[in-house]
Amino acid sequence: MHRDDEASKLGMWLFIFTELLLFGGLFLVYSVFRAQYPLNFHQGSLELSVTIGAINTIALLFSSMTIAMALTAVQKNNRKLALALIGVTLLMASVFLFNKYIEWGVKFEHRLYPGSPLMPLLDRGHLLYFSLYFFMTGLHALHIIVGMVLLIICFFKVKSGSIHSQKYVHLENGALYWHLVDLIWIFLFPLMYLIT
Amino acid sequence: MANNTTHTTEYRVLGRVLLILMFLTFLTISVTSYHLAAFSVTVALLIAGTKGFLVLTYFMHLKYESVLLRTLVAMIFVLYAVIILITFIDYAYR
Repeated sequence: MHRDDEASKLGMWLFIFTELLLFGGLFLVYSVFRAQYPLNFHQGSLELSVTIGAINTIALLFSSMTIAMALTAVQKNNRKLALALIGVTLLMASVFLFNKYIEWGVKFEHRLYPGSPLMPLLDRGHLLYFSLYFFMTGLHALHIIVGMVLLIICFFKVKSGSIHSQKYVHLENGALYWHLVDLIWIFLFPLMYLIT
Repeated sequence: MANNTTHTTEYRVLGRVLLILMFLTFLTISVTSYHLAAFSVTVALLIAGTKGFLVLTYFMHLKYESVLLRTLVAMIFVLYAVIILITFIDYAYR
């Protein structure tokens, strides 16, 4: 059967470009409003936990490395190691989502969530900060979930042997998606949690 | 086979990249405690940009990809920089 891995990868990259511009649009809105309401954005960021944000950053960076290593393992024909590394990646993704659940849970307890009765009473800049916070981290968390589904599929494909050292473009593309999720978080973390 | 140009990134290279990324994360957090005022955004974005560059180059294997793909990726970031620039020029002269 005819196969063109280069084209598959190029297709994945084109999709990644649309994702980058999707988040790019949100970062654009963010930067305009942050320039207009610097104080509110600073106050808003103080209500987030830098510790949880930092743990999540480390979890995602680590998972990005393990999935890159999983590809190396497949290329080197080491199936067991590849499966273990994809497993670690999925574990890190779960840690990330669990922390997000804790973080959002605390905000919900303080009656801070999109559409809550409290939100319209906030200052305009404060309201914009939290709306962007929920929308951007929410959309990012959705990407984490999609990435996990893709990696679970890759896990079973490696296990069944349909991804192997001569044919691994599916894992390569799944990993590219996972790195994209990491890449977006690299910018989200300082811009949401570390505003001075 | 379309596969003959692929490159395998060694485990230790990936491990080293992670160490640098961790260090930069630590740096970006510790920098916030110094009040650099207007520069703090610039510093945060520079560090994030460096981290992004490392992820794209090593984890996403762009270092070993074709010139076409590398050019395309670079163009997306140039395009985005232009969009940011135009938006801020627009806001500055309203």
